[in-house]
Parts: sequence; C-alpha cells; structure tokens
Amino acid sequence: MSTDLDRLHVVVTAKVKLNDLVTRFEFVHAGGKPLPPFSGGAHALVEMRDGDVTRLNPYSLMSDPLDPSHYAISVRRDDAGRGGSVFLHDKVQVGDRLNLGYPVNLFALDLTARKHLMIAGGIGITPFVAQIKQLQSTGGAFELHYAARTQALATYADALRAAHPARVNLYLDDQNQQIPLERLLSGQPPGTHVYVCGPRGMIDWVLTTAHALGWPPEAVHFEEFLAPQPGMPFTVELAQTGKTICVGEHESLLEAMEREGVDAPYLCRGGACGQCETRVLAHDGTFHHHDHWLEEHDRNGRKIMPCVSRFEGTRLVLDR
Amino acid sequence: MTIQFNDETFRDDYTFRNSDWAIRRFPFPFHEDSYMYSVNMERHRGGPEGSVYAKRFDVDEHYISEMRDRALVLAEDPLRCQSLPHMTLAGWDLLELIMVNKSEDYPDLFELDRDGNKWRWINKPLSIDDSFIFMDEASLPYGPMEYITRQTQGDFAVLDQRENNLWMDAGMVTTQADWSLDFDIGMNFFEWHAPVPLAHEMGVFKRALKFLLNVQQGNPARRLNWTMTVNPLLDTSPENYHKWGVQKTTLTPENLGRKQHLRVELQTFYRLPRSNALVFPIRCYLIALEDLVTIPKWGRRLHRVIRDLPVELATYKGFIDNRPLILDYLSQFDDGLPTSPGVWPDLDSEPPLRR
Repeated sequence: MSTDLDRLHVVVTAKVKLNDLVTRFEFVHAGGKPLPPFSGGAHALVEMRDGDVTRLNPYSLMSDPLDPSHYAISVRRDDAGRGGSVFLHDKVQVGDRLNLGYPVNLFALDLTARKHLMIAGGIGITPFVAQIKQLQSTGGAFELHYAARTQALATYADALRAAHPARVNLYLDDQNQQIPLERLLSGQPPGTHVYVCGPRGMIDWVLTTAHALGWPPEAVHFEEFLAPQPGMPFTVELAQTGKTICVGEHESLLEAMEREGVDAPYLCRGGACGQCETRVLAHDGTFHHHDHWLEEHDRNGRKIMPCVSRFEGTRLVLDR
Repeated sequence: MTIQFNDETFRDDYTFRNSDWAIRRFPFPFHEDSYMYSVNMERHRGGPEGSVYAKRFDVDEHYISEMRDRALVLAEDPLRCQSLPHMTLAGWDLLELIMVNKSEDYPDLFELDRDGNKWRWINKPLSIDDSFIFMDEASLPYGPMEYITRQTQGDFAVLDQRENNLWMDAGMVTTQADWSLDFDIGMNFFEWHAPVPLAHEMGVFKRALKFLLNVQQGNPARRLNWTMTVNPLLDTSPENYHKWGVQKTTLTPENLGRKQHLRVELQTFYRLPRSNALVFPIRCYLIALEDLVTIPKWGRRLHRVIRDLPVELATYKGFIDNRPLILDYLSQFDDGLPTSPGVWPDLDSEPPLRR
C-alpha cells in the first residue's frame, strides 16, 4: 500500500480554463485502453515531476464514473500553496504524459440512503459532479446546494442547473445568499444522508448543525483534502530505518521520507484516510497537526500523520 | 494446458476425485509444522505457473461438476443466493470483473466481446452463449451476481462498505464451511464473525477489518483458511447439517484415508469499482487424506498441525471427536524427519517416507 502501488499511465487530452481560478484537465489511457471505472466521490493521486521534486496530490475525479473512455479533474490554482496546482496550471500541457494512482474512494455515496443531500463549497463541487452522474445512471434521489463566491467562480453551476433544474440550488456570496442549512437539515425525510465537501469552515458548520439537530453520525459524510502546508524545516530521526532526515520548507514529512528511500505507507496524502499514521517515540518541541484523522489524545506526542503534519523543536523520533 | 473436466458428484455416491495434477497443485495451507490464527493476508498478484494462485479466478478439472452441484443446491434452497436492493450495482461490477479476467486468463474457454454496453459472453465448458445489455437486468436470465456466480467456482460474499465497516449485503453461498448467508445477510463484519473463538481476544478481526477497508482497486489481496470435512461435500451448510453432520460418525480406521478430507478455502478480496463494495470470493478445494499423504512433506506436517492444534480450534472446526482417529491415520505418515519451510510440495528435495 505504498510507493509500489500500480500507476495508470495517461495522456493529457484537454486543458480547459473554466474561470480565473479553476482549470479542467482530461486524460485518456496512454495505451489506448479503457480506464478503470470508479465510484462517484473517488479521487486519484496525480504524480507531478517538477524538477527534482516529485509530488503526489489527490484530486477528485469528476468525469462520468461509468464512462471508461477518459478521466477529468478540476484544479483550483493556489498561489500560496507548495506549487502542485501552479505546476498543473502553468506547466502541464495537452499531449503530456502523467501517472495517476488507481481511483480510491473515501467519500462514497451510501447506497442504502433514500435520498442524498449534497452541500458543496467552491471547488468542493467536483466529487458531487461525478456522484450526480452516477445517480443519473443508476437512479437515486439527490439535491445539491452549492455555495460559491461569485457567479463567475461557480464552476459547473450552469451545466448542473441546465441538466437538473429542480435539484440544483446555487448561493452566491457576493449576492449575500447563504445556504439555509438549519432549515435544510430539519426538513429531510428519514433515510436521508448528507454529504459536504468544501472549505474547513463549511464542513465544521454542517457537522455542528447536523449534530445539534440530532442527525445520526453515520448519515453525515464529509471530505476535505488538505494540501500539505509549507513550514519551517525540521529534522527527524527514524528509529526503524536508522536514518536522520531533514524535511524542507516546501516538502511534507512523507515526501522527505520517500526522497530518502524510506518505504512509508500512504493512501490519500491529504490527512483523511489514516494509512500513514506513525508513532512518535520521543520528542522535544511542538507538533503542527493538520490532519483530521487522529484522536485528540494522540495529538500530544503520541502519533503524527506525515502526509500533512509538521514539527518544530529540537528532537523528533518516529517509529518508521 | 487443456483442462480435462471431470464428471463427478459431491453428494450421494461421492465420485469426486483429484487427479495427480490436482493433488500437486492443491493449496496446502500450512507453511510450518504448527498453526495459529493470523491476519495472513498477501497481495493477490499471481503465483507459480500452474498453481491455484496463478490466475485471478482459478478454473480446474472440477469446474463443470461444481457448477452442476451449485444448481442442485439452488433448486432446493433459493435463499443461498441473495442480494439486497442497493447491491445490484455491485453485482454488475462482479460480473464484469469475472468476465474480463476469465476471458483474459483462459481465452480458449471464455470469450467476452464488448461493444459499448452491448456484451456477448461465451462460456464454452458450460455451452453458454449469451448477448445482453450491460447494466440492464432484464437482458439476463438472472440478476448479474447470480448469473455470473452460477458459472464461477467458489462462494461469493459481496460486502457493502459504509460506516467504516463491511456489511454482508449480497452473496452466492453453496459451498460453505458451515455458515449461512441467509442467517448473516445484512450483518456487519464483527457480527458475522462473532462465533469464531480466540481470534476476537487476539484483535485479529479489528486488524483484518482495517486491512480490508483499505483494499483498493487494482490491488486485490488473498489468504487461506481451512477445516476438515468427512466425504467430499461442497455444501456443508447449517441448513443441511442434519444431512451431513451425521456422516462424521461414519469414519473407521479403514475408510478414513478415503473419506476424511482437508478442506481449504482460497479467499480473495477485490474492490469493486462502481459500487465501492468489496467482493470476497471463497474458493473451496477438497483433498482426501490418502491423496494428501502422497506428498511426503504434507503428510508429516499435517500430522503435527492436527496433533498440536488447540482444543478450541479443533472444536470450532468440527473435528474434535474424530481427532484421535485422524491422528492414528496420519501418524503412519510422520517419520519425524524435519520439513522444509513453506507450503510447496518440494517433491524433488524432500525425502520419501522412512518406514
């Protein structure tokens, strides 16, 4: 489950600028074969070789899950990030070859639900685009509530509204429109599941409101991919491999381990799946946890998620 | 190689036999001279040519007769095949997985032609040639899961994944080691494993579930499980215990080598792409002890494993009463010599039995 995971070799067949921030990329199999089908909500890791840095960033697949002819992702440019989205926007062109991981779904539809209530913020729309296509083919009631900053930045809103006028609701910040969350969550038929994908604040808002209204936790689903944050360089001792490595300002602890040839497990690389959880053996300093996997009692020097979290201090020893 | 299919029965007159080919490729499950539970998972990525691990869905000489036995079980008890309403998509995933893999792995036996959603499936051993519309249930004589698993050896548990758990929400179960789909349908992973002794205390199921939830597309896994069965019965179900349980009392020193079988399950695990469900094919292989001991290493080792097995496990696996008889038989084939590590027969390097 780590670096030797098989890759899908693809060719970029389209690069479409959708607005000031978001560009869509489409891929086909480099060998001309069908790509594996996937389930709505799945993501794929995109491998980016940017000079001597290799990044693997997760992006939600937003093409039709039942159509194996191509995949599509939509990438929001983040100029303050570590450069993955900027690399895709500026460097990757039609005709380029890329490697993708196989689709992985950490935000799947619960197919026992009677109704799917979807709440999207900004670029968080992408997994819903695929889920809606899936439900169109297989049947299933859904309702989408989509908040964006402006009409121009409401990526895919026009297409979704044209296809599903009665099911898609748009809320624009610059028009002072807000999702009437409490009313929405109060008025759903039994068996409804709610799904939220968007910025952290929106996810917290939905989780808190659903909890306060008595929603069963298993009917509330969320996904937020965290890009690893840049930070101060730090040094780590790896007890199993006997290596001492330096984590640079613009790389994650996981990437630094991989650079040094340490076989560390991973799956989502976004702080969500739990696969890279690592035990802390000793430390003298402060953790900067950015994941939403670890329990609170593990955050104080017991465990760390190397895909997104960092450390600042004089000594850190990990069981790896 | 071309497979010569046997015409044989797994009930009544029990004409089931393993050829020398089938004996040598039997999936012997003990890699050392003792056995205890473990989460013994590995990637399902092929294996030595000719072994049962080489293909993704192994087809052997028992194929046609096993499918005939399955049809008999289903005719008597249709509840051996069930699929809850939300599992139809997973059924199509499974149909595609099996058809694509079998047609690639055994092009002389199976053919799949796909033109968009218009599919044609040819199964030569079973003389089937069907054209249908993928994802259109009305175009097949059965639901997609039932259709393809009536043509594929092994039981199939199709598990929905939600709430960080796995749910037994569909399956085709006619060759099982004493468990019931009709009883387990709708249960989660911990519920359906509740009867297993010792393993819960060892944390085996928590670790196994964590592993299974992370089985991903393109990266299937496998493990072996085993038990003992008197007579080559595929259908050792709780539903029919009144028919087969009593057969355990028919063993004698004279007939034991012929009637007592080691039953091994090759369990594989695949993520299904469209439904995000997991499928858990459970393939049953049977071997009579008199055939097993023709491999000297296996004769020595099985004697030691059965002798040293904890009472709880021998009880759970259903042969505690017959263990003394089985050991009397097997001890004739254990001369005390050391055995080589690993599961393979090692016929060229392991010494013959010293009498």
